[in-house]
Amino acid sequence: MRKLLAILLLSFSTTIVSKDLYMVRTRQPFPEAMSTLQEKIAGKGYQLSRVQRVDIGLTASGYRTDKYRIVFFGKLDEIRDISERHATLVPYLPLKIAIFAEGDETILLASSFAHLRSFYPDSDLQADFDQWEKDIEEILEQVRATE
Amino acid sequence: MKNSFVLLAILALINPALRVVQASEPDGAELYQQNCAVCHGVHGDGGVGIPLNLPDFLAVASDEYFRATLREGRPGRVMPAFPLLRDDEVDAIIAFIRSWSGEPGPDYKHVAIDGDPGRGRKLFGDHCAACHGQQGQGATGTGVTFSRPRGAPIMAPALDNPGFQRSVSDAMLKATLLRGRDGTPMPSIKAMGLNEKDADDLVAFLRHLEVGSPSDKQAATEPVIRFESFYDLEQTLSNLKQAVIGRNFRIIREQYLEQGLAEEGAENKRQVMLYFCNFAFLNDALAIDPRVGLFLPCRITVLETDDGVEVMSINPENLSRLFNNRELDKACQQMHDLYSEIMEEATL
Repeated sequence: MRKLLAILLLSFSTTIVSKDLYMVRTRQPFPEAMSTLQEKIAGKGYQLSRVQRVDIGLTASGYRTDKYRIVFFGKLDEIRDISERHATLVPYLPLKIAIFAEGDETILLASSFAHLRSFYPDSDLQADFDQWEKDIEEILEQVRATE
Repeated sequence: MKNSFVLLAILALINPALRVVQASEPDGAELYQQNCAVCHGVHGDGGVGIPLNLPDFLAVASDEYFRATLREGRPGRVMPAFPLLRDDEVDAIIAFIRSWSGEPGPDYKHVAIDGDPGRGRKLFGDHCAACHGQQGQGATGTGVTFSRPRGAPIMAPALDNPGFQRSVSDAMLKATLLRGRDGTPMPSIKAMGLNEKDADDLVAFLRHLEVGSPSDKQAATEPVIRFESFYDLEQTLSNLKQAVIGRNFRIIREQYLEQGLAEEGAENKRQVMLYFCNFAFLNDALAIDPRVGLFLPCRITVLETDDGVEVMSINPENLSRLFNNRELDKACQQMHDLYSEIMEEATL
């Protein structure tokens, strides 16, 4: 019985990592979507670290682009702890969500951690990946569902 | 019996799909908005993905085609596979898409069309290759926002894609050729002076295209590029800036990893991130796929630990796999080489 349960749990655990990217479209225009995103990030207990204005640099250099930002966020204790234990994860920290306008609507996307899992098999880190993926997916879904 | 019950109860607790099984009819409209609208538009008008609401498309696309497309995706061409959707959820999405025309999909016979692929190749070269490419590889670029004018409704699909080839029937290919697709640059072949026999030959040729394997998704490579530095943190950072500028990149920001999270002055000063950009390169990358901005501008992190100083970055070679977009391969390889050169120069 225990063996069967272990096999089933293992087979289930491999199915939850199949999503590489989380992407949603919201009917909110960019400024409202950006505001909702920041609110939902805070609602999950994360702190906004910085907003990278990708579009500003492009337009200043003479390229045409719509609004495009990257929102960085995290929890200080978590980032401090993980960057100490797994220094090679630092290039992937803090967490981030890209947000860009498409006409009157807005697209948001974030990467899952599926592509990192096999390189960091520690169970504590897998739990962090699980939590981040869950939070990011919920944040994006909340933004999508906000009219 | 008791053990089986416990097992099912535990599985139901951990698996949301099991929890809601049989609970209610899947909501096709909501599932479409959750899974499809981001690329195909809220009303199916298209965007990063092709428009789905065109009457000519809905008239020739069978339910089998939609089902297989959702399951197979388009390997290397952005459209992902959706293996986690249940069959009834897939059917609900298809029913929602059908609601745009109010008509049922066609029911094709599964019969291979007999045509002359050699003659079809000639016809394809004369009439189709300008948009679909000589080998049926499709047009390049992705995304309304950056790479296409807003009025352009579609880019020519890749006809050699394994996901497409496994989803489409001969009969649907023929119906598409004969009907054309209003609202896109795809005309009816009749308008080009071709006939049913020509359509059969074209279908035969399309079935002879060299098709990639659906499983040739690249294996994940090491997630980071890293180099040990022979210098201390300050000198390494200074070297890094010089190497970046020497390659025509502009430094746009230098900050601690914890900046914005820790109180000012209390950040760990042994973790420094250097952001830099070449806006021409950024513009080109976004034209290939607007989603890559998620990993741009470029960033290299300098870390000081008790063991010494290291520089590291994400490995861009993983990105084309992540975005399911083979057009990114070349740019990602360039980025990988660039990061490596910069880091090597800064640390040696």
